This record gives sequence, C-alpha cells and structure tokens, in this order.
Amino acid sequence: MNVVYFAWVRERIGLPHEQITTDAATVAELVDELRAREARYEAAFADISALRVAVDQELSDFDASLKDVREVAFFPPMTGG
Amino acid sequence: MDIRVQQERFDAGAELNGFDPNGAGAVVTFTGLVRDVAGGLEQMLIEHYPAMTEKALREIAAEAEARWQLSNVLVIHRFGSLQPDEPIMMVATASRHRDAAFEAATFLMDYLKSRAPFWKKETTAAGENWVESTVKDEEALKRW
Repeated sequence: MNVVYFAWVRERIGLPHEQITTDAATVAELVDELRAREARYEAAFADISALRVAVDQELSDFDASLKDVREVAFFPPMTGG
Repeated sequence: MDIRVQQERFDAGAELNGFDPNGAGAVVTFTGLVRDVAGGLEQMLIEHYPAMTEKALREIAAEAEARWQLSNVLVIHRFGSLQPDEPIMMVATASRHRDAAFEAATFLMDYLKSRAPFWKKETTAAGENWVESTVKDEEALKRW
C-alpha cells in the first residue's frame, strides 16, 4: 500500500510517501511495524495522540482495518482556514 | 457549489460579485488572511493532501448545504507560499435568510480549520515553525 506523510511527520521520516508491503491488520499495527524500523519513524510516531490518520483519503482511527486499503496517510492535526 | 483548491491569489471582491445567490436574499462571505501574529513573518507555507483536499471540502460544503438549505456555496482555499496579508481562503453562503447564511459560513469555517487536510508552516527570522491546532478549534466543532 501507499503510505503518505505530511507536515512534521514527513519531515521527521524524511520522505513524502513510500510503498509498504505489510501484514498489519489495522492502522495501529502498521504504526507498530513502522516504529520498529528506524529511529526516524520512532521520532515521528512516538506520540500517537499528536497524530491523525486518513485511510483511502477519509479521516479514520488507529483501530481501523487495513483490509483492501490502498493508501494510509499520517499527519498532525489539520490547520486549515 | 463551487469548491476550489488553488495556489494562485484570488480577489475576494471579484469572487463576491461573481457569486450567484440563485434568488436568495442573504449572502455572507468570510475571507481569511495571512496573519503576522508574532511579528517578523516572512512566509506562510501551506501544505495539503491533494488526493483528499477537494473531496473533504466538498463533503463539508455538502453538509452545510443540507443543514441550512443553501442556494449556493463557495469555498476557495489556497496552498503554497503566502505572504502576510494575502488571502488564504474564502467562503460564501447564500440562503433565503441571513441567520442561515451566517451560521452556515461559521460552520464551514469551523470545519475547514480542523477537518480539511491543510497544514501551515510559518517562517520568521528565528526559523520555521508548524502552526499547531488548538483545543479551541476542536471545541468549536461540538456546537454543531
């Protein structure tokens, strides 16, 4: 699936998006998998309460299923307007 | 419904004049400008999620249309590099009654603030800083 990062999440991880092959069943499991990778992921995902997630371009939750999902995006709370 | 996500500057006056109320008696507009809160703002960079932004704005606008029976709604939101005092975004609502037009515009603003995928980064002489959302922004959604 395509995993996309925005704002300081993108800056901490050091890339805007990447293709990831995963067996994670939920967003939370994917986060655990990413955190275990490298320090820069740990830095980005250290405080989940500071993050929001979109699954296939819809705002979602960390317990959301990843079944048939094509894109997951991680970002800080939005600051539009 | 007219939803635009764009980099280019827009003219709020021209947008208002071009906004068709479709026979409604009340039009309300709001324009948000780049604010230099702390002084010394050199640039505001607005990042967004292209694959999601327009869809999210349409959903928010459709919700406003349904709740207040709007005869037209306009949302313009910019991204990219902006200077102080430049317009960032604009909403316009048209309805038979002013209360509905005002309320719908406020609703749109509240939702655009924390449910549309934009992120603002300020650059000053001291460096770069991501603008953080506030508890107040989130609280504002509860009244709807």
